[in-house]
Amino acid sequence: MAAFVLPFEKPVVELVTRVRELKKAAIESGPGSDRALEHELKRLEEKTGRLARELFATLTPWQKVQLSRHPNRPYTLDYIETMMTDFVELHGDRRFGDDPAIIGGLARFRGKSVVVVGHQKGRSTKEKVTRNFGQAHPEGNRKACRLYEIADRFGLPVITFVDTQGAYPGIGAEERGQSEAIGACIAAMARARVPIIATIIGEGGSGGALALGVANRVHVQEYGTYSVISPEGCASILWKDNSKADEAAASMKMTAPDLLRLNVVDKIIEEPAGGAHQDVAVASALVEAGIASALRDLETLNGEELAADRYTRFRKLGAFVA
Amino acid sequence: MDWPKKNPSELDASEKKSFGKGVFRKCDGCSATLPVEALHASFEVCPECGQHHKLSAPRWRDLLLDDGRFEEWDAHLAPADPLNFSDGKSYRDRIASAQKSSHTKEAMVIGRGAIEGHAVAYGAFVFSFMGGSMGSVVGEKITRLFERASSERIPVILLQASGGARMQEGILSLMQMAKTVSALERFRATKIPFFSVLLHPTTGGVAASFALLGDVNIAEPNALIGFAGPRVIEQTIRQKLPEGFQRSEFLLTHGMIDRIVSRLDMRRELAMMMSHLSPKLERVSGPQA
Repeated sequence: MAAFVLPFEKPVVELVTRVRELKKAAIESGPGSDRALEHELKRLEEKTGRLARELFATLTPWQKVQLSRHPNRPYTLDYIETMMTDFVELHGDRRFGDDPAIIGGLARFRGKSVVVVGHQKGRSTKEKVTRNFGQAHPEGNRKACRLYEIADRFGLPVITFVDTQGAYPGIGAEERGQSEAIGACIAAMARARVPIIATIIGEGGSGGALALGVANRVHVQEYGTYSVISPEGCASILWKDNSKADEAAASMKMTAPDLLRLNVVDKIIEEPAGGAHQDVAVASALVEAGIASALRDLETLNGEELAADRYTRFRKLGAFVA
Repeated sequence: MDWPKKNPSELDASEKKSFGKGVFRKCDGCSATLPVEALHASFEVCPECGQHHKLSAPRWRDLLLDDGRFEEWDAHLAPADPLNFSDGKSYRDRIASAQKSSHTKEAMVIGRGAIEGHAVAYGAFVFSFMGGSMGSVVGEKITRLFERASSERIPVILLQASGGARMQEGILSLMQMAKTVSALERFRATKIPFFSVLLHPTTGGVAASFALLGDVNIAEPNALIGFAGPRVIEQTIRQKLPEGFQRSEFLLTHGMIDRIVSRLDMRRELAMMMSHLSPKLERVSGPQA
């Protein structure tokens, strides 16, 4: 894939790329050929990681939003490919059509069968259009709903990957009941008697994200975001000026540390130096470890207890004066 | 998620935009000049063309509930400012002015009443409070409405009128969608009906959570009901939207609601449906003719 570099990530990208090239050269010169070089490389790699982290520590919320939307960022299919086996994609909502903006099906995660559902953005221009930039129509959400029901019926855990700017606002979407489709997804997740783990791997935008987000454990990657509306949308409504998106991004408290503070997410999943797109294998291993540990935590709960655990989790969210 | 900037006070349509010293008012539908008392008597429905004008939350209770009697629950819940939000004007200031102009603490009122003798858990959005937007208090009250209706074993009637989630509470507003629908899902297990009454307008996060999940969805004529606001859709698709798009009649045609019911028939229809779906539940008095 063509490397796309955001202005603020340039120094980090250069560092990471340089280390990667050195590493490649070292591997090509054969194992153990140069102990000193290997040692030096390891030192350099650690230093790069530290430096990258320092540079990224100063990112503004708006820059993090841009990272969450980075075109080279791994998408749902990349994660399925790297952490699961025997994936069988299931299609269609049995009502109207199949929506490529949401993919899902059966897969094996650490040897056990699961139902996996995720938003899927496209890589090429053509695929971006086919997948509607990961913005689901009602049929995508109804497919997700159907998969939750399959998981519930067959006692399979549900693993979701959230990555959407939001459900699609269009004529067809309204005609076919986008609102009801999202509501039905939330309801289906609420009542499922199986463990559900959601990971926000990019943008968690509004109701479209929540349709995959009513989980026992919700994780967010370090540079993932989650918000009630896109910063552009917020700015255009409240400031009447969508160029104030940076201000809106800061005001809405939508970055991973904010989300953890507000108890909206349970865990932040660390990303490799420079972000998930700099090393998909490492990023995927970290997401996988998070999901595996969450599933282990829930192992002892029966179906009723799992639904009750989800109820308690969401029941306490909110802030008011009583 | 989009609500009109104007923050009309908690008044009936007939109490404002009046002329001739508040004696006459022009109908928004047919432009007929109508005496204010006539509109008031018909609960703001135009006797000429049937246009439904805005009706305040207290007047809705007068219209629907037996003797207008209502025991309010959890009236003390008030909004906080978890994000310390400001968009030029601070959220705290917005709350204060909304409370002042709408004479209520938040955009949702819940409690207990009866409709033709059927005891009901009754909730209604107050649209004049920040466009009826759903933040933590609205979400909490709706959750409590379903929880309490479960334990008291009475049907839920919820009047929707909201621009959607409240941006000033950010992601916590989105979480209210999950919280309320989870509560609704538990309520459903009791097999007691939930009637969702869709008023103008019902959009965004309220539409995309519990509002279209009623056992029965009933809309007022010509209410705007949809996921995305018309302006957002127009900006996205760069087209003008067709006439009547996202109005009650459009939703009926597309299978999203059960019925369009005039405000003046709403009480009778709700009672009739309860007599079918929950005839054995608590009656506060004998059935009325």
